[in-house]
Amino acid sequence: MKSVLAKHIRASALAAAALAILAASPASSQELNALIWCDHADPALLQPFEEANGVKVNVKEFEGTGAGLALVEQSQPGDWDVMVIDSIDVRRGVEKGLFEPLPEDQLPFADLFPEVKLDNYTVIDGKRYGITEKFGYNTIAYNKEKVDPADMQSLASLIDPKYKGRIAIYDYYLPVIGMAALSIGKKTAELTEADLPAIRDVLMKMKGNAKLVGEIVASQTALGTGEVDILVGGGEFVTAGLAKENPALDFSIPKEGAVLWSQALAMFKDSKNKDLALKFIQYILSPEGQARLATSSCYWGMPANSKAALTEEEKKTLRFDEQPEFLARAQAYPAPDAALDKKMQDVWTEMLQAQ
Amino acid sequence: MPWALVTPALLWTLVFFVLPFIAMVVLSLLEHDGGAATLANYRQFFGNPSYWRALVNSLEVTLTVTVISVLLAYPFAWILAEVVPLRLQRLALVLAVLPFWTSYVVRSYSWLLVLSENGVVNRALTGSGLLSEPMQLANTRAATVIGFVHFFVMLLTLTIFANLKQLSPSYRRAAADLGAGPVRTFLHVILPLTLPGIVVGAFLTFVLAIGDYITPQILGGNNELLMPQLIMMQIGRRGDFPLASALAIVLMAVVTLAYLFCARWLKIERA
Repeated sequence: MKSVLAKHIRASALAAAALAILAASPASSQELNALIWCDHADPALLQPFEEANGVKVNVKEFEGTGAGLALVEQSQPGDWDVMVIDSIDVRRGVEKGLFEPLPEDQLPFADLFPEVKLDNYTVIDGKRYGITEKFGYNTIAYNKEKVDPADMQSLASLIDPKYKGRIAIYDYYLPVIGMAALSIGKKTAELTEADLPAIRDVLMKMKGNAKLVGEIVASQTALGTGEVDILVGGGEFVTAGLAKENPALDFSIPKEGAVLWSQALAMFKDSKNKDLALKFIQYILSPEGQARLATSSCYWGMPANSKAALTEEEKKTLRFDEQPEFLARAQAYPAPDAALDKKMQDVWTEMLQAQ
Repeated sequence: MPWALVTPALLWTLVFFVLPFIAMVVLSLLEHDGGAATLANYRQFFGNPSYWRALVNSLEVTLTVTVISVLLAYPFAWILAEVVPLRLQRLALVLAVLPFWTSYVVRSYSWLLVLSENGVVNRALTGSGLLSEPMQLANTRAATVIGFVHFFVMLLTLTIFANLKQLSPSYRRAAADLGAGPVRTFLHVILPLTLPGIVVGAFLTFVLAIGDYITPQILGGNNELLMPQLIMMQIGRRGDFPLASALAIVLMAVVTLAYLFCARWLKIERA
């Protein structure tokens, strides 16, 4: 009887001690839940923030805004604190009532490249809901030892029979449709349904020249292994990460222009850790955070903050000093409404199925 | 009391199959942005040649894979069951399933490298003088078929091997007593008796291959779309779950038809 009582007392004491430890533990209030793209999963990016703030960042990767928003809809309000999203899609999150306005005075807007602030996508009804953190170009990535770099200064080369079977197309319809539009002199920000037949013709010609249409890893592999010499829709996010092992890979901004891609950070309205979420956004936008994000092991890209603490070597790889000229020639990422988006995807499907 | 025994299985089926299936059917009848019930998603599929072409592609690839896998797996299973000595059969089986131990994604990317222009296959063909120029093997339908066959030959070998091992040697002896030679015995006795094993394996191959996204996505080079790729495409950026659900229902209908076709061999025999 005594031993049973002793067992109960010991168990109760242990439970009480465990409860006391749990109560004292900051774990529940010191975790940040982030919906991210793969570049944010790099420990080299997250660890400094976690160590500096004594917090844990829990990440969930997703691909595509639709899939990301579906994850949020299947979660409880407050489950997520921050989200990485295409800058052009910030509005979709706001329309669903998901995002919190960001305090502009606490973020380094003055240091951002002006062209990537993208207020028309990230400011809604006078409030800012997203801040661009990284950007780059969907343009022509190529192996300069295999193709004539002069040819890569024109989008017309992509449909030139000279390069038949030596081209891969990045499998994402919006930027490549944007490039097709640029090649026929259309402005990407002004695309309408009436432009689709001409764009379709260009896409079909590109497909005729292409060996494959691949997602990022497959396209990168094809370019890296020499399976193809040109990647339509590629850019620094493909070539920079491979620069050390294959310095022959490069990208151009053709005379017709390139498509500017950009990703933004947004904070959830129902976040239970808004202070921590803001700290995280401030860290990512800081010069140190920007350098780490720009050179993430998943993919490289230009930091939105012009004061990013990149090394000279990293700046050279990203062609940092040429950015003012590149940005002046780049055009907006196509941002169609839902109906036009569907039609663009159908044109893309038709291109993929064409033999 | 008998109900108590089957209740867990019924609940499992209800929660993890029936309810999700009903949800998917309902979702497939909605428009992307909600609204009243509609057949628009099904009209989109049947009215757009690029969409139903994906189903045709899926059927062509899957049937090719199934036929090639059966043709390769049967002799392989036969050798394992009849030629390999009993004491080495276990080792042979382990070697046969060895490819399953590698990640499916890693295996697919490995095939991509093997089949690339600078890969082992092209180097062997050009090095031996059989080809003057490397041929395009990666990023083609053939690459998808090769990736699938590599996986499913093993699966089919196991089902056919199990079937062959269950056959009593008396059947062969009886056929020989009645004057049948080896070929006739195989065609009229062994093959019909192992047909259920073949059909079970073929059906599994068909179902798994027609719903697979990874292999065609990595090896096919998106030079054509199969149904799982078309379904994923609706979700990625636009999050069009109603259309994706309708396409998934169409795929499910095809699998159901395949099941009905195979049903006579898939019946569970009762004593």
